[in-house]
Amino acid sequence: MPTFDYAPAPESRAVVTLQPSYGLFIGGEFVEPVAGGGMTTIEPATEKVLAEVAVADERDVDLAVRTARRAHQRIWSRMPGAERAKYLYRIARIMQERSRELAVLESLDNGKPIKESRDVDVPLAAAHFFYHAGWADKLDWAGFGPNPAPLGVAAQVIPWNFPLLMLAWKVAPALATGNTVVLKPAETTPLTALLFAEICAQADLPPGVVNILTGAGATGAALVAHPDVDKVAFTGSTEVGRQIATAVAGTRKKVTLELGGKAANIVFDDAPIDQAIEGIVNGIYFNQGHVCCAGSRLLVQESVAEEVIARLQARMTTLRVGDPLDKNTDVGAINSQEQLTRITALAEAGEAEGATRWSAPCPLPRKGFWFAPTVFTGVAPAHRIAREEVFGPVLSVLTFRTPSEAVARANNTPYGLSAGIWTEKGSRILWMADRLRAGVVWANTFNRFDPASPFGGYKESGYGREGGRHGLAGYLKEAGL
Amino acid sequence: MTPAAQRLDVRKTYKLAIGGAFPRSESARSYEVVDAKGRFLANASQASRKDARDAVSAAVTALPGWSGATAFNRGQVLYRVAEMMEGRHAQFTDEVTRAEGLTAAKARAVVDTAIDRWVWYAGWSDKLAQVTGALNPVAGPYFNISVPEPTGVVAVLAPQASSLLGLVSVVAPVVVGGNTCVVLASQTRPLPAITLAEVLATSDVSGGVVNTLSGTTAEVAPWLASHEDVAAIDLSGAVGLPGDEDLDWAALETAAARTLTRVLRPGDGLDGSSNGEVGWAATPPGPRRALFFTETKTVWHPKGK
Repeated sequence: MPTFDYAPAPESRAVVTLQPSYGLFIGGEFVEPVAGGGMTTIEPATEKVLAEVAVADERDVDLAVRTARRAHQRIWSRMPGAERAKYLYRIARIMQERSRELAVLESLDNGKPIKESRDVDVPLAAAHFFYHAGWADKLDWAGFGPNPAPLGVAAQVIPWNFPLLMLAWKVAPALATGNTVVLKPAETTPLTALLFAEICAQADLPPGVVNILTGAGATGAALVAHPDVDKVAFTGSTEVGRQIATAVAGTRKKVTLELGGKAANIVFDDAPIDQAIEGIVNGIYFNQGHVCCAGSRLLVQESVAEEVIARLQARMTTLRVGDPLDKNTDVGAINSQEQLTRITALAEAGEAEGATRWSAPCPLPRKGFWFAPTVFTGVAPAHRIAREEVFGPVLSVLTFRTPSEAVARANNTPYGLSAGIWTEKGSRILWMADRLRAGVVWANTFNRFDPASPFGGYKESGYGREGGRHGLAGYLKEAGL
Repeated sequence: MTPAAQRLDVRKTYKLAIGGAFPRSESARSYEVVDAKGRFLANASQASRKDARDAVSAAVTALPGWSGATAFNRGQVLYRVAEMMEGRHAQFTDEVTRAEGLTAAKARAVVDTAIDRWVWYAGWSDKLAQVTGALNPVAGPYFNISVPEPTGVVAVLAPQASSLLGLVSVVAPVVVGGNTCVVLASQTRPLPAITLAEVLATSDVSGGVVNTLSGTTAEVAPWLASHEDVAAIDLSGAVGLPGDEDLDWAALETAAARTLTRVLRPGDGLDGSSNGEVGWAATPPGPRRALFFTETKTVWHPKGK
């Protein structure tokens, strides 16, 4: 059979102009941190330093929170919703105008394929601002009673897997509902947030409405614990989620937590196999598996397990792993050495516990952090790779015989973020969807996101929703849901 | 009347309500319950850690049936509770009078409102999803729908002062959405709660849907807050304990955080109930308390030929 190789098709990085170092964005301008601490952010595909960014400590957090409070009291909470809306529309438009720059920068700092940052992350982030802009002057009709009031200052801590998109999920609803924000991007992916700060300035957003503090875990902890924040919104691991839930215990802070997952992607014997294979691949290898709702447990009906696994492996062989800026790349770089170490350790545990490992036979670049798309068969429910969130391109395959067994296996986890169902039988989809304890259920599709669609988990995957009408509740007083 | 004609009344033994049965505490402990003037009313069962765990187990067992019942069915069952309470109106009035030291007229009004609250929540059963669910207009060829689902087993610390109306105001919103619960009754005023449990047992509420414990709030609450099978906890009764004491509810919230249990803080203001006694009297300004104990599930499906 003839093979058709792909020639390199790198996206130009010239569109991005990086400063050698960045300060903290407080009160509408970049300022130096009080203590003057800094850290570097690197390109995970090459391990080269991209820029130096500031590390905020308690004093910087305090300044940012006071700035956000003042902006809330004096400007943002008094501004008519229709005016707030126009600022958000402006931001959405500038994000669209600067989309290529945002996409390239995201791929550089995160390691994700440009195909994804260009076609998914950035357009969705802009769409989140566009969607929420419309809510700003229509909150009376959102179902939370008349004149729903903002909470005040929102402390927002976001992860490294979708840096700009998670920023949009946090900032857009907060601003639309009349809150001001202090946002801390992840330690390893601060750059698109800092570019977003420039976008806020270009939009003439009043100073202090959006404040961005870079730093690591200690900065986030200080922000969450600050006594004058009214709202804490966090996306990240369940372990840190527990710490945050503990830190806010006994306070009046309202909390939204979007945490880890171990989603079951369930394939029945009547499923459209070609589509299911694409769904499985998209479910676990999209964004290098750095996805909280990744379909990391494949539950296949026993009668088709052999066929599904064979076709899955054949498909995985065609995945192109490598340069994130190459437009043909399907799977990019692992975000950090730390994450690569964690994935490697869990995969080794999978082998040690007796599961069978198979990795796509792809060449990996020598520099940078890489992990070949991997699937484990013969996985038992007790294995660590079946229970723990790997947060990498590692799929565990388990089998089942009946729909009831599929439900029991799918729900047999403390997580409850997402689930997938593949079958041509409509009544079975609805029956399954009713019983799966997960906040998002994808039937005959997977990993779909939209600003109008509420997202969030059951059980230890966190609480509260982001997106849609439901997502507004987390930023309004006395709004149960 | 001559002494010989006086009939000695038959007093009721107040027990716990777990899984549709009325056991005494496994610890065999009881404590004295007195009226507002300090006169002896009864020896109530003093629930232990094991009773709390048994109650949670019963609630777990009852969850599939109750959450899987149709909303219409749950509405009818809640309405049935109101019907059964109406039949025991005099008994509830008598118990509330004694427990809370109200005049008979005020106690009657409290019982009226408590009954009406069941009716109000009964009507919400098949409206919650219509009012808060949505067909979301996503930017693509997908059917996308969001619906509220029950959170699971809910632990409820019932208000300490309002022994019946407060209790109904926190239990009805939990069960209307399909949750099952373990209720820790007002510590010093538990008797109306136990009588309500008897009403529930004769109202087509399946055993285990509402499990009622009496005892020391500070002793039992931590076991409920930290229990892994408890999905959410309402801390209403963590404040206003005897001597105007408050429990360390931050510690309860901390215990709940270990398994990301949802916490409704005391005096949260979700439905105006932060005004204490006064707050319970008014019809809630919406089903917010019921919605707090739900999870939004969003289901996607492609459209195509």
